[in-house]
Amino acid sequence: MSGLPLLSLAIWVPILSGLVVLLTGADRNAPLARMLALIGAIAGLVVALPLYSGFDTTTPAMQFVELSPWISRFNVNYHLGVDGISMLFVILNSFITVIVILAGWRVIGSQVAQYNAGFLIMSGLLNGIFSALDAMLFYVFFEASLIPLYIIIGVWGGPRRVYAAFKFFLFTLMGSLLFLISLIYLFLNSGSFAIQDWHQLPLSLAAQKWIFLAFLAAFAVKVPMWPVHTWLPDAHVEAPTGGSIVLAAIALKLGAYGFLRFSLPIAPDASHEFSGLILALSLIAVVYIGFVALVQVDMKKLVAYSSIAHMGFVTLGFFIFSPMGVEGALVQMVSHGFVAGAMFFCIGVMYDRVHSRLIADYGGVVNRMPKFATFFMLFAMANAGLPGTSGFVGEFMVILASVKFNFWVAFAAASTMILGAAYTLWMYKRVVFGAVGNRHVSELTDISAREFLILALLALGALGMGLYPQPFTEVMHSSVDELLRHVSISKIQ
Amino acid sequence: MDMQKVYLLVPLAPLLGAIVAGLFCRLIPRWLAHSVTIAGVAISFLASVYIFKDVAAGNMFNGPVYQWLSSGDYKFEVGFLIDSLTVTMMLVVTFVSLMVHIYTIGYMRDDPGYSRFFSYISLFTFSMLMLVMSNNFMQLFFGWEAVGLVSYLLIGFWYTRPTAIFANMKAFLVNRVGDFGFILGIGLILAHFGTLDYQAVFGEAKNLADASITLIPGVGWGTVSLLSATCILLFIGAMGKSAQVPLHVWLPDSMEGPTPISALIHAATMVTAGIFMVSRMSPLFELSDTALSFVIVIGSITALFMGFLGIIQNDIKRVVAYSTLSQLGYMTVALGASAYSAAIFHLMTHAFFKALLFLAAGSVIIGMHHDQDIRNMGGLRKYMPVTWLTSLIGSLALIGTPFFAGFYSKDSIIEAVKLSQIPGSGFAYFSVMAGVFITAFYSFRMYFLVFHGKERFGLEHANHADPGEDAHDGDHDDEEVAPDHHHGLAPGQKPHETPWVVTLPLVLLAVPSIFLGYVAIESMLFGDFFKGVIFVNTEAHPGMTELSHHFHGAFAMAIHAFSTPVFWLAVAGVVLAWFLYLRQPQIPAAIKSACGPLYTVMENKYYFDKFNEAVLAKGARLLGQGLWKGGDVGVIDGLIVGGAVRVVGWTAALLRLFQTGHIYHYAFTMIFGVCALLSFWLLRA
Repeated sequence: MSGLPLLSLAIWVPILSGLVVLLTGADRNAPLARMLALIGAIAGLVVALPLYSGFDTTTPAMQFVELSPWISRFNVNYHLGVDGISMLFVILNSFITVIVILAGWRVIGSQVAQYNAGFLIMSGLLNGIFSALDAMLFYVFFEASLIPLYIIIGVWGGPRRVYAAFKFFLFTLMGSLLFLISLIYLFLNSGSFAIQDWHQLPLSLAAQKWIFLAFLAAFAVKVPMWPVHTWLPDAHVEAPTGGSIVLAAIALKLGAYGFLRFSLPIAPDASHEFSGLILALSLIAVVYIGFVALVQVDMKKLVAYSSIAHMGFVTLGFFIFSPMGVEGALVQMVSHGFVAGAMFFCIGVMYDRVHSRLIADYGGVVNRMPKFATFFMLFAMANAGLPGTSGFVGEFMVILASVKFNFWVAFAAASTMILGAAYTLWMYKRVVFGAVGNRHVSELTDISAREFLILALLALGALGMGLYPQPFTEVMHSSVDELLRHVSISKIQ
Repeated sequence: MDMQKVYLLVPLAPLLGAIVAGLFCRLIPRWLAHSVTIAGVAISFLASVYIFKDVAAGNMFNGPVYQWLSSGDYKFEVGFLIDSLTVTMMLVVTFVSLMVHIYTIGYMRDDPGYSRFFSYISLFTFSMLMLVMSNNFMQLFFGWEAVGLVSYLLIGFWYTRPTAIFANMKAFLVNRVGDFGFILGIGLILAHFGTLDYQAVFGEAKNLADASITLIPGVGWGTVSLLSATCILLFIGAMGKSAQVPLHVWLPDSMEGPTPISALIHAATMVTAGIFMVSRMSPLFELSDTALSFVIVIGSITALFMGFLGIIQNDIKRVVAYSTLSQLGYMTVALGASAYSAAIFHLMTHAFFKALLFLAAGSVIIGMHHDQDIRNMGGLRKYMPVTWLTSLIGSLALIGTPFFAGFYSKDSIIEAVKLSQIPGSGFAYFSVMAGVFITAFYSFRMYFLVFHGKERFGLEHANHADPGEDAHDGDHDDEEVAPDHHHGLAPGQKPHETPWVVTLPLVLLAVPSIFLGYVAIESMLFGDFFKGVIFVNTEAHPGMTELSHHFHGAFAMAIHAFSTPVFWLAVAGVVLAWFLYLRQPQIPAAIKSACGPLYTVMENKYYFDKFNEAVLAKGARLLGQGLWKGGDVGVIDGLIVGGAVRVVGWTAALLRLFQTGHIYHYAFTMIFGVCALLSFWLLRA
């Protein structure tokens, strides 16, 4: 497989499959559209898997590199490659695409081809973001990926979908413009759009600060960090289940990935300068959002808020500048992909049957859906960071790394042990346990084979990573060490 | 045989049983579910005996199984440390677990969740074994949380009951508060020792004895001893798991779970994990008198005040539960007095006699058709002879009757506390002495009310005051009908002895409850059994060494006991219980009304639950509401985002005024502009 342009395949196989799916046209061809979409998604995963098996863990350099000129006048290139930081996300994204295609199998009845095509095209674009080494290419993928998600929320979403889609689009676009200006500034200073060239570019502290803040505007919205997070609960609530899964599992990772690829290595001095601010915002996300999640009455909102709190751990891990912090944050990102994706799917399973997301409309689900309740328990525990599940690994690493950095930072971060368990288990108790709550619950049927398969795949990810995280972290070591070495060297001349 | 394979067999056999019974609980017949899990635990027990022999021959093991994770300079491994402390715990866990597995066949016979229950208790056995066999803090934390999970699942086993699902969430959250401290303690270890491996940390501990960390810079008292901070944080974890005040609140409520797990998890094994952990960490705790003082004071408060509450309980399981809390306090006091071996010794004897008492209580509950109120019992000894005799043995062991197992362990603790010099040991001595009387009183109050006196069952106006009694009335048609329904005996109906699967474990547990102390005291407390495993700084804390000078054999110790106040305090407790509950049963009611306010305080369990619910839980919800409605919806979305939208709207509205679409407006503006510009140029010129 080594001769194949794997990254191009990972990007274009889903996009082309998406276009093929679109060709099936109207809903009378829906079964064909679904089947083609599933084949496309699986093909996308198959071409992504050799990225792991063929990965060389000993080098921090970019691997599977592809380079050809694109817009030579501005020195823009079609430049792809992955390192230990980005590689896992290409695979995770390709995996999640299979999940969302399966998740929408029965549920989506109208405009089936367009729905599935939207996810496939988005999947390719997201892979493009994680593998782009040219800033312009990155920017194009970064912005283009907004469109499918915007459409998915706006067309297949809930009653307030237009409000949510607009909010989502405007929030993220606002930051993107400042991001573009920084990219142009860096191009004018270096004559290149190659991200790796910029890592070496000397910059004054003032310039670094402006660049850092511009990047922050783009990435903080995506993560999302407090206080620019309020678009996320609305977007999740209105999005269809598949949209929520991709949003939580992959789209939220883009901002965090941006910090590692852009902010830290391009503006290392400013990163140190502003680390206090980022840590403060991260801890606010963990504690403040933890309390907010506690009182949510809508399950999707609750999990959306819990996502924000979990992403707070990611930015916290990045900005304590220790290998275990950064790797813990990366682990947390991958884990969150499995766990938050699964939580949203679980809520979707119940929503498909009862058509409500309100906690108060449930109670005693376990009596009618024991298999489902077992899976839901597993993911709830993973969400609460129970050892043995993937949710624990990242939190454990970040908390331990932050004790070394500052005891009180760790103290605030560790409060998630209590808050995370409180909001997750309280919800679980009210929804799943108890006597049958009402007529709707008494009419519930347990999960189908398709739903079982989806949950089992996600459970495999969450449990496997929790019991044996070593395969996930060993690919990161070289790249993370190299990144931190780079960040520790001043760029001011 | 290769010993390492035997070590692996111990936890994996129950795990396999749990997986088979759990994944296929709806497919396999019941007999297969219990056979496979019992076989797993039995294998585990036999392997533990084999390992015990190997350890007794002087071997030990410390090594990894696999590397879980590496990051930066740190490695985290899953591995085993097999020494005398580990193997003691392994024997206790696997033996009690085996008894409970057998007992469950009888106790859960009619429950639709039969296979699921077996799966859970085997999973628990696996988790507990991983906890005690660990050779590092990471795996310890793993097991620590895993037993918490299974405890959560089992307390809420009857998930249609509101009280059960409240109790299990409460248990998990209160334990998480403890774990919050625990993980910070582990974090300090990693940050300052650079490893989580026990041996490496203990070896390095001496060098860091004088190290300090600055928690609050710029203030004198903001800098504290590293080891004191670490040990106290670790102990907070133990306070959660081993239910020490103020994190004890979950244990009485955990009685909502089926009785077999109350015996296994909430009496014999899981709740003693904290005691085990501190003993394991003795090389660290020994270096911090501050931490030891903290430990001994918390233990004394628990031992004394939880004992009081045992006196006023009317639910048979809750009496035993408060007794467990009080006994855990005893063990904690022993830890604080540097008598780690005495704590482990008491842990071991307590595991047997308390499991016995719980299982006997369960047997009584079956006999009474799931009535748990001791006011509705009386005279049961006639109907349930095996349960009666074994309960008597358990109670005698609990109150420390000479020659019984509990006597040796409890007396050793009391003596060690007497000799301790640690600040707080004076109060601790008072607590454990008073505790002797209280323990004897509430134990025999229950014993007399249940097995002796007038038969009060089968009456029309029985006391059915249990919480949750009415709560699950509506689901009788449901498939999940629980056997613990508080039905009680119908008028005229008599209690009956339970089947052999229930009574056999009682008898098997009664044997060590009598003899174990006599057999084991010499080697465990004063011999070389824990040498090199439990570390005591004999210069600073000479208690146990001094005690060994007074020890002249187990027999002499028991004979000597008859002339000590400890023994007579226990006798006084029993006699008082006899007098008040058999001779003059009208007096307790009179006392109750005479001590109104005091009784109210105790009935409300010193208001811990009320405080937690009214202040902490409600406060958290209010804070969440405030941050959500005020912060997110109000300020961020309302003021900033909405504000930005409004500013755009206003600006647009303003600018729109200039876009009227009328030619004459534009023409007029143009003329006006031309005039203004012309005037400007002309005047300047």
